[in-house]
Amino acid sequence: MEWLQQLINGISLGSIYALIALGYTMVYGIIKLINFAHGDVFMIGAFIGFFAISRWDLGFFPALLLAMVVCALLGVFIERVAYKRLRNATRIAALITAIGVSLLIEYTTIFFRGAQPEAYPNVVSSKTFQFLGAQISMQSIMILSVSIVLMLILQFIVHKTKIGKAMRAVSYDVEAARLMGINVDNTISVTFAIGSALAGAAGVIFGVYYTKIDPLMGIIPGVKAFVAAVLGGIGIIPGAVAGGMVLGVVETIVSALGFSSWRDAAAFIILILILIFRPSGIFGKNTREKV
Amino acid sequence: MVANSKLKKYASVFLASSLVVGLLAGCGSKDQSTTSGSKGNSSKEVKIGLNLELSGNVASYGSGIAKGARLAIKEINDNGGIDGKKIVPVEIDNKSDAAEATAAAIKLATQEKVVAQIGSATSGNTVAAVQIANKNKMPVIGPSATSPTVTVNSDNSVNEYAFRTCFIDPFQGRIAANFALNTLKAKNVAIFSDSASDYAKGLAKSFKETIEENGGKVVAEESYVAKDTDFKSTLTRLKSKKPDFIYIPGYYEEVGLIVKQAREAGITVPLMGGDGWDSPKMVELAGGDSLNNTFFTNHYSSEDPDEKIQKFVEAFKGANKDQAPDAFNALGYDTVYWLKDAIERAGSTDGEKVKDALAETKDLSLVTGTFSVDENHHPVKSATVLEFKDGKQVFNSKVNP
Repeated sequence: MEWLQQLINGISLGSIYALIALGYTMVYGIIKLINFAHGDVFMIGAFIGFFAISRWDLGFFPALLLAMVVCALLGVFIERVAYKRLRNATRIAALITAIGVSLLIEYTTIFFRGAQPEAYPNVVSSKTFQFLGAQISMQSIMILSVSIVLMLILQFIVHKTKIGKAMRAVSYDVEAARLMGINVDNTISVTFAIGSALAGAAGVIFGVYYTKIDPLMGIIPGVKAFVAAVLGGIGIIPGAVAGGMVLGVVETIVSALGFSSWRDAAAFIILILILIFRPSGIFGKNTREKV
Repeated sequence: MVANSKLKKYASVFLASSLVVGLLAGCGSKDQSTTSGSKGNSSKEVKIGLNLELSGNVASYGSGIAKGARLAIKEINDNGGIDGKKIVPVEIDNKSDAAEATAAAIKLATQEKVVAQIGSATSGNTVAAVQIANKNKMPVIGPSATSPTVTVNSDNSVNEYAFRTCFIDPFQGRIAANFALNTLKAKNVAIFSDSASDYAKGLAKSFKETIEENGGKVVAEESYVAKDTDFKSTLTRLKSKKPDFIYIPGYYEEVGLIVKQAREAGITVPLMGGDGWDSPKMVELAGGDSLNNTFFTNHYSSEDPDEKIQKFVEAFKGANKDQAPDAFNALGYDTVYWLKDAIERAGSTDGEKVKDALAETKDLSLVTGTFSVDENHHPVKSATVLEFKDGKQVFNSKVNP
């Protein structure tokens, strides 16, 4: 059952993309900013998890929680320091700042610990199960279940809580939300915190699943997650999840057909096709730009 | 426009001053490293240049060679030097950068007037010094420059003054193919190589040729790109082709992950690679269990029972706090002894004569094998096959070309 196996590989990869894509999409949805530093928050999450597990002997779940908390704080810090004062500036100014923040995080990390890679310790048992001829590792199951739980919690926060209602209101119309007495600044900060926490969780999961982490590891997954977010329709939460999964499975299929060196190209070809034929993404509604 | 021209002025002042500072810095380090004034090679000493990566991203290679070379120089000087002359090393750090390596070679050739240059560790940085070497008649020996391009140009002409102590990349592929066919009795092999590196491509190519020449079959060929982390889909595809041996030339950063993911995907057949596997990080990335039943070719093993090797291992441990020497240490050590042998045979420290003596080397017995130099300045020597057992590198066998 080679194809079942490949599907499982694809979904595991896709759920990591989905977790990162959620942060992109939430931030874009609320302040229309592509936060390019998001991939680096993911990297910081991976390193926090690494130190928690290998230096402080924490288990997988405490390490995951710690990485999420630290990344949430980092996300809020970045937003307050770098993006808040640019809220009324042009979008290109904010975008360039985001790239600057991204480089700053990468090279500050290299400055403090060097560029050499680090190997994640084994925290989740590497036991595998046979299922219809496919090998399913404990790690894949773990990744998938943690991702699903996190996404369900996110859905709950966005749709059932007061802060979620505020987030939806701000993303709909900032001015009207402010007139209704919503604290826009705090709402944006909370969005950054949640998005960054998800990226941090993705970092730890990535480390456990793929073992190798390094200070520039966030670049490619960050860009791929951006593609996933656009694919699903940027600004739409279920779109990010679907986009991530589709991208992961497509990449796996491309490799499975024997075009492994075309895998990265496939992701960007998808991006180009989406931008040409359906710029608002799979889940997006075609709205006309207001002039 | 006014602001612009002002900016340009500042920029030019800045550039000029940084040039001056650079020159001054160069002079400073010259004064430190020159021990016998500007006289060059006096009758009592032989100056040898070490142009090595002592800092930067491949510092571990360069400093490994330096350690081996220092030990050899100390031993030779303690035993009376070369024809009664003491070796004086001139060490320059090329910061793992090709431009710095060129600058260092110019300095060694024109200011220090060394007999020969040892280094650099990587092929790229050695190539950077080759032109200078040819022009100034200063032999250059790259201890671990495995790329064929160091000594042979693209038009098949040989760089007269360029040499290397290690075997070249394609040679490892041949050794691995013979090992797979003869020792492991493999018939249907697969290749999974790094498509972005000349090193891996060279190994894969000669491996494939040797397998096909000797009646084996390559059932699958796949590639990855350096920095990839997810190999599961390709490995699943490889598994379905049912190979009984997989050759994975590449560097440890990716190979470590590939080995781990291959075992997770249920691939149990022997895996093999080249000296790019030689790193302590390999075990951390792949895990000791996954590495069982994997092999790689290397220049030498500190566990080789050979008497000459054990003598070297002991001397190295004595000088370096009980640390066992790795391949770079051994190659650095051998390079100095090779150069000593050539200078003695030439009976002179003249660059041209030393170059001829180096090229004529035959059956010289060194730590990394007995070797001769062929017409392309490639050493012909034996390679060692190492095996991983529970996360430890174990000497498996020695394979002659």
